Amino acid sequence: MNRAALQQLPQAEQLLARLLDQMKPVVGPDTGIIGIHTGGVWIAQRLHAALNIQVPLGTVDVSFYRDDFEAKGLHRDIKTSDIPFDVEDRRLILVDDVLYTGRTIRAAMNVLFDYGRPASIKLAALVDRGGRELPVAADFLGGTISLAVSQSVALTRGHDNDGEHLSFVLHEN
Amino acid sequence: MWLDPRNPQLNKNGELNHLLSIEGLPADVLRQILDAAESFVGVTQREVKKVPLLRGKSVFNIFFENSTRTRTTFEIAAKRLSADVINLAIAQSSTSKGESMLDTVANLAAMQADMFVVRHAASGAPYLIAKHVGQDIHVINAGDGRHQHPTQGLLDMYTIRHYKKDFTNLRVAIIGDILHSRVARSQIHALTTLGCPEIRVIGPRTLIPADIRSLGVQVYHDLKEGLKDVDVVSTLRLQNERMKGALLASGQEFYKYYGITDDKLALAKPDAIVLHPGPMNRGVEIDSSVADGGQSVILPQVNFGIAIRMAVMSIVAGSWRG
Repeated sequence: MNRAALQQLPQAEQLLARLLDQMKPVVGPDTGIIGIHTGGVWIAQRLHAALNIQVPLGTVDVSFYRDDFEAKGLHRDIKTSDIPFDVEDRRLILVDDVLYTGRTIRAAMNVLFDYGRPASIKLAALVDRGGRELPVAADFLGGTISLAVSQSVALTRGHDNDGEHLSFVLHEN
Repeated sequence: MWLDPRNPQLNKNGELNHLLSIEGLPADVLRQILDAAESFVGVTQREVKKVPLLRGKSVFNIFFENSTRTRTTFEIAAKRLSADVINLAIAQSSTSKGESMLDTVANLAAMQADMFVVRHAASGAPYLIAKHVGQDIHVINAGDGRHQHPTQGLLDMYTIRHYKKDFTNLRVAIIGDILHSRVARSQIHALTTLGCPEIRVIGPRTLIPADIRSLGVQVYHDLKEGLKDVDVVSTLRLQNERMKGALLASGQEFYKYYGITDDKLALAKPDAIVLHPGPMNRGVEIDSSVADGGQSVILPQVNFGIAIRMAVMSIVAGSWRG
């Protein structure tokens, strides 16, 4: 990681606060919040707690629905999809950390439809890095970032004296 | 196709390309399968019990030996992965007209098969098929002779891990017809690789192979002695169809000495679990009160078996074909 790159990375906690402000007015106690593994789940946990939502938190892993299975095979580290509420006719918010090609979101929506027919799905993303390959857009967005194609950004979770702390790390591929 | 003679199931990257035997698979590959299966168990509990991983792929169940149950679980697993499944009971088909096994397989491969699930009475048949198919076809052993039944062994490991969490402090007893059992062989290899410190095999002298100790197991001929303080009781089916000659006086005689009853199970740890690969001979290797009792995990095994087969199929189908 170089110094210049470090400076251009946004503060994940600030973006999370912005996301929360956007979501507060529209989220009700019956809304289903679903995080996409792994970074999306961390954000979804924070949003779920802060928004005081009664419905338990859902999580999805898109490994079984990826469109690059032919090329890459099955992921080594598969998490379990767990949606502990009925999605039928429910308003859902799908949460991811970094919005990029849109392929993960496509796969996650397919997962959700295998559980039932939701009333609506909205997308919350912590950061949008552009580069979309599918017609996908965030309804709630913490911020944007511009990166070279060779770069990627990932969320990490640490703990300090104030509790949990989310931050971005840059990877040069 | 080139197969590494030391480990014909793995490709050059060490990924699982065929599943032929548990012997020779490293612990991380076994754990990868068990972990993937855990996620597939979740899929089987949903409204839509299907994921699109093998969409457009053709899976051929080629059974040179009949087994409705194993074939059905492979069929369900493939269908839940969205594959197209073609079932062939070769026992009643071409080979009875004189076609060789490899000719049969070559014909099926020409129909653009992606995966063969093979059951054969001869040990090593799936290996022979894997050696002769093109590199884009994957082979899964669904039981070959007395050799191996790797997916059964894996689902037993899944079941044990599900209830006992960890293998490294377990005492496991495998009881019955060890001689004819490919399940026992697969279990022993898997348990050893996953770090189980004590494996006991229990059965009459005529049904325990002389060289079994070389696999690192302890041999008991007295059931009561062997069951003492074990965590896992794995019963095997008495394989009447494989019995040639007078290895055993009768089923009743076997039940008297080696059948698992409540009294005998009481010698194991109080939280011991009881496994059976099915189909059960009630009143021969296991008493009904044990089979249907609180320590039996025989029915959960069936559900885990589907998840294990989904895991194996999707891992081999996704392995790098170089």
